[in-house]
Amino acid sequence: MISFYMFAFIAVVASLLVIAQRNPIYSVLLLIASFGALSALYVLLDAPFVAVIQIIVYAGAIMVLFLFVVMLLNAPHEDTEYDERVHPLLRPGPMRFGAGLAVALVVELWWALGRGGESGSFAGGSVTSVAAIGRSLFTDYAFPFEVTSILILVAMVGAVLLARREEPR
Amino acid sequence: MTPLLVAQIVLTLFVFVMLLNSAAVMVYVERKVAALLQQRLGPYLVGPKGMLQPLADIIKLLFKEELRPRAADPLLFALAPIISATAAFAAFAVVPFGAETTFFGLLDEPLRLQVADVNVAVLVIFAVASMGVYGIVLAGWSSNSKYSLLGGLRSSAQMISYELSYGLTLAAVLLIGNSLSLTDLVNRQAGTWLGFIPRWYVFLQPLGFLIFMTAGIAETNRAPFDFPEAEQELVAGYHTEYSSMSFAMFFLAEYVNMVTVSAVATDLFLGGWRGPFLPESLGWIWFLIKVGALLFFYVWMRWTLPRYRYDQLMSFGWKVLLPASVINLLVTAAGVLYFEL
Repeated sequence: MISFYMFAFIAVVASLLVIAQRNPIYSVLLLIASFGALSALYVLLDAPFVAVIQIIVYAGAIMVLFLFVVMLLNAPHEDTEYDERVHPLLRPGPMRFGAGLAVALVVELWWALGRGGESGSFAGGSVTSVAAIGRSLFTDYAFPFEVTSILILVAMVGAVLLARREEPR
Repeated sequence: MTPLLVAQIVLTLFVFVMLLNSAAVMVYVERKVAALLQQRLGPYLVGPKGMLQPLADIIKLLFKEELRPRAADPLLFALAPIISATAAFAAFAVVPFGAETTFFGLLDEPLRLQVADVNVAVLVIFAVASMGVYGIVLAGWSSNSKYSLLGGLRSSAQMISYELSYGLTLAAVLLIGNSLSLTDLVNRQAGTWLGFIPRWYVFLQPLGFLIFMTAGIAETNRAPFDFPEAEQELVAGYHTEYSSMSFAMFFLAEYVNMVTVSAVATDLFLGGWRGPFLPESLGWIWFLIKVGALLFFYVWMRWTLPRYRYDQLMSFGWKVLLPASVINLLVTAAGVLYFEL
């Protein structure tokens, strides 16, 4: 139980710190830390395969690309020119929208946590074994699986096309 | 504190200490083998036949001044070698290096010679290798120097490119082995065909073994794929600005990564701790011999082959090794179906 609280705490704190950092590289690293904590939570839920896949795919591949982009685009430190004493809901434009969204999020979380309720019956612990996941992926969920792979292919082709230099005429 | 728990803790510490020692031994082996390949003597002054040379190296590194460039990000600069070294050691936690033993009856139940017996051991190694990329990227970035940044980016791009072939060859072995646990895979390689050819997966997957070793050499940034660390081109790549113990940690991480790749290749392809003459409880001797042979191969490659240029390296990884590993996977799948392995 204590390990659940520890990892949940790390995940929440790291996620909150992601948006509170000035240096974007720190934000990326904190996001990786929160993914690590999530992966530990998956292990506690008796799903080691999902935990490892989370590390390999999310923290190991996608975040590396995020890091590359942040480094190569030389994202500047956050510098804000607003008056810090004014309430967030009264600040200009995007800040007002962001503050409004944050309020909405907190209200929703409050409502969802207050509901409690059944977690629903989970179809047995066998779903977490690798063989079972593979089998259900290729039989019950074959169509979404194939569609997802085509989606990724389309995204790759689109990225290559957008990044290509125009041929001089 | 049951005896089993004590044995487990001792085993963990033992593996950690042995990995550190293996890095020290590799320093000596590399210099001696390099020297002999180049027809010179190598270290011979410090200790008998120069065997205390790694000790001298470590003492020198300990006493060097620890520098940090003024414009370097202090937190990331200190964190990067830690991430590299941690990932290197963590990967070895799931590698089994011997059969279950009771240490001549000291324990009640047999203890597997593996720090953590996880069902998804193969994937854990892969995951930790992906984490190791961050150490290099952060080292390159936080040093705030041109050589380091270029070296760091190139090195991490190389590592993630070769991880693909690495993973696909692993998938081909999994098709035959039908399990993600390394202990299971080694146990399936027991026995022999025709009485003398051991049932190692290297005989079923020769191309897979070659691709795995090549991708492994590229993953650990060793020659001929060590362009990011090349002295002639990039000063020293991502560890240019590091000195003393931080440099030693990168060095350590590289050697421990080599040992891990060799150990995983031994478990997957060369039958792990199984061998003809010794009883199974002494199987770790065979494991050491096989890992040692692969490490010698590593050093031999470094001092024999010229270095790949970076664009040649990347095109080799994507245009040659990746299609080869996909074809390997397809042929393996067809073979498994046909022969009903």
